[in-house]
Amino acid sequence: MPPTGVRASLRRIRALVRRYIYLLRSSGVRLVELIYWPFLQMLTWGFLQRYLSETTSPLAQAAGVLIGSVLLWDILFRSKIGFSTTFIEEMWSRNLGNLLISPLRPYELVAALSAWSVIRLSVSMVPVAVAAYFFFGFNLLDLGLPLVAFFAVLVLTSWSLGLISAGVILRYGLGAEELAWSLAFLLLPLCCVYYPVSVLPDWLKPIALALPPTHVFEGMRSILLHNTFDAKELWWAMGLNAVYLVAGYVTFSRFLASARVNGTLLRLGE
Amino acid sequence: MNERISGSSHQAGASVAEAAAPDTNVPVAVRDLTKVYGTITAVDHISFKLKQGATVALLGGNGAGKTTTIAMLLGLVMPTSGEVRVFGADMSKNRGAVAYRLNFQSPYVDLPARLTVRQNLTVYAGLYGIANAAERIAYIAEDLHIEPLLDRPTGKLSAGQKTRVGLAKALLNAPELLLLDEPTASLDPDTADWIRRKLREYAETRGATLLLASHNMAEVERLADRVILLHQGRIIEDETPAALIATHGRDTLEQVFLDVVRGRGKHAPEAADRGAASARKAS
Repeated sequence: MPPTGVRASLRRIRALVRRYIYLLRSSGVRLVELIYWPFLQMLTWGFLQRYLSETTSPLAQAAGVLIGSVLLWDILFRSKIGFSTTFIEEMWSRNLGNLLISPLRPYELVAALSAWSVIRLSVSMVPVAVAAYFFFGFNLLDLGLPLVAFFAVLVLTSWSLGLISAGVILRYGLGAEELAWSLAFLLLPLCCVYYPVSVLPDWLKPIALALPPTHVFEGMRSILLHNTFDAKELWWAMGLNAVYLVAGYVTFSRFLASARVNGTLLRLGE
Repeated sequence: MNERISGSSHQAGASVAEAAAPDTNVPVAVRDLTKVYGTITAVDHISFKLKQGATVALLGGNGAGKTTTIAMLLGLVMPTSGEVRVFGADMSKNRGAVAYRLNFQSPYVDLPARLTVRQNLTVYAGLYGIANAAERIAYIAEDLHIEPLLDRPTGKLSAGQKTRVGLAKALLNAPELLLLDEPTASLDPDTADWIRRKLREYAETRGATLLLASHNMAEVERLADRVILLHQGRIIEDETPAALIATHGRDTLEQVFLDVVRGRGKHAPEAADRGAASARKAS
């Protein structure tokens, strides 16, 4: 009997996640690198925050806005990178052909990449968040329960971006690898990480508000600066995420189908 | 003995009744298969079937369509037209239903270099849903003499060792259909011979069907009981190695191969014209 059903599917996802764990364990440098960049980011922005708080700007004196922005942005960015680089890794190692002829279904590959992006993110961000507390007295948990929702919104957005990058790389090969690295940065100015939506020109505001992370950064500023939180904004962000996630998966599936038609899968890793 | 069921590049091959009710016991049934990349026809209306337990070689020069045919059998490439059925499943639509019954080895597909051999095999055991994975890996490792390699990073192995490990991955799920793309490329004669012996042994004990694409004529003569000769995407011969050598009036398969790719002998253009003329006369 063919190994079908949810249990068989979960077993295949677990097998693939195990492969990513083996990979991370095989290299201490990779492990250090996971923490190194977000740690440097946090230090830089933390010291800037400290400097600004000693000046006269009343807004900058609001504790932790910059560090909070950096940490939340890093959740989005690291999760997206975790998804994309893990996928690219399969192509670098010329292993994708083996995976795609195995009983692994494309949605299981996506599920494994998504699960791994969260594990990788935890390895990366938990030590940095702890360090932010010890260096600057910023406690990410001060954001309270909304932090869980912020985290979920950002991770879901990162998966949508990861799916689009992976699809494009499948279709166009490693030549399109740059997209995997740069796609998240496209959001940096648009989703108002370090400034409120109100500073954007009117024509750009609808675009910014159509991006789920914008609602996260607005929500974070609202909590830290005004001690208020509008849950409606987060529901809106979640709804947008559902749309983007479906669009991301459809894009990935279409590009995979197109790669099968064009024979790109035969030339992977080149 | 010719184990072929049928084979043709110019006719549909399977009957309408067969197409309507695919036989889940037939390892491979290819019908009128074509693959076109832009203006290039890589595979041109080929049809053939493989019987259970057969070892069949796909032979042809570079660009003859061997790898594309294998890729379509694996579901890695979608046909432009025609049909590929593996154990009755249409590989364009329902690959997942039979993926656990087949496997593939090629020197052009790697296992992750940083993982140890044992880790790689453990991952694939999970993907193929193999119960008692540790025992199965131990058994395969002993059989293929890779026990000392199990805890070494796969990327640090020699070409011969990598081939044996690739074979271990390909045999992990004891596939009923094993597809091999140049299984002994870049191996020294001793290692290549050892691999061929193992493949033969596996096919016999498991009753598995083997389809291999190869440039190595000695390998094909030794392993295959049927040869499908491809030229410019078409099947031009489908015979036992002995019958192929005999009909071409040659001594070795290599000489037959050279005749075909250089357009000499039976497949020379003038010979084809003569054949057509005598056919017209006869009619």
